[in-house]
Amino acid sequence: MIEWITLHIVEKYNFWIAMIIVIIGLTAVVVKENLLKKLIGLSIFQTAFFLWVVSLGDVGRGDILRTWGLRTGAHPILWKEAAEKGYIYMNPLPHVLMLTGIVVSAATTAVALAIVIRIYQKYGTIEEGELIEKELQFEREGVN
Amino acid sequence: MILPIDLLLLLFLLIVGTAALLVRDLLAAIVLAGAYSFIMANVWLQLGATDVAFTEAAVGAGASTALFMACLSRVPRWEKE
Repeated sequence: MIEWITLHIVEKYNFWIAMIIVIIGLTAVVVKENLLKKLIGLSIFQTAFFLWVVSLGDVGRGDILRTWGLRTGAHPILWKEAAEKGYIYMNPLPHVLMLTGIVVSAATTAVALAIVIRIYQKYGTIEEGELIEKELQFEREGVN
Repeated sequence: MILPIDLLLLLFLLIVGTAALLVRDLLAAIVLAGAYSFIMANVWLQLGATDVAFTEAAVGAGASTALFMACLSRVPRWEKE
C-alpha cells in the first residue's frame, strides 16, 4: 500500500497538482458569472494542462531511470560533463508542442477579449445572468 | 530540479490561482493572473524547460496581462455579487 502510494502519488506529485489546477480553472469557467473571470479561469486551465504535458517529458519521474543508473533533470542541451555523470536530457518534444500551445492560448485570449468588449458595447453588462435577461428583453422589443 | 523550491512554487501556484478567481476587484484578479503566469514560468525552469519558461514570461505574464488591462479599460472594474 505504502509502495503504491509512493509510486503513484508522491513521485508523480506534478501530475496531481496539475489536475487540481485543471479542476480550479474549469470550475471558474462554469461557475463564475463575470465574463472576464471566466477568461482568467480559462487561461489558468490551459496553463495547468501545459504543466501536465511538460511533466510527461520529464522521463525520470517515477523512478524508471534510476534503476538503470541514469539521472534526469538536465536541460535539453546536453554538455559533456553531464553526460559523463549519467544525466540524460529532458524530452524536448512536449516543450515544443506546449510552446505552440502558449502562443495559441494568447491568440484565443485576445479574440475572446475583443468579443467581451463588443458584448459590453451592445448589452451594457458583462455578467452572464444580466446578459440573458437583456437578450430576452431585446427579443420581446424586437431590437437587434 | 531542487525539490523544496519545486514544492514551494507549486504551492504558490495553487494559492495565487485560487486567489485570482476569488477576488472581486477585476484589476487585482488580472494582476494575480500575471503573477500566476510568472510563477508558472519558474516552475518550467525547475522542469528544465527553459524555452517554455521565457515564452511564458513574455507571452503569458506580459502580453496577456496587457491585453486584459486594455479590455478592462472598457468594461466595469468591479465584479457584481
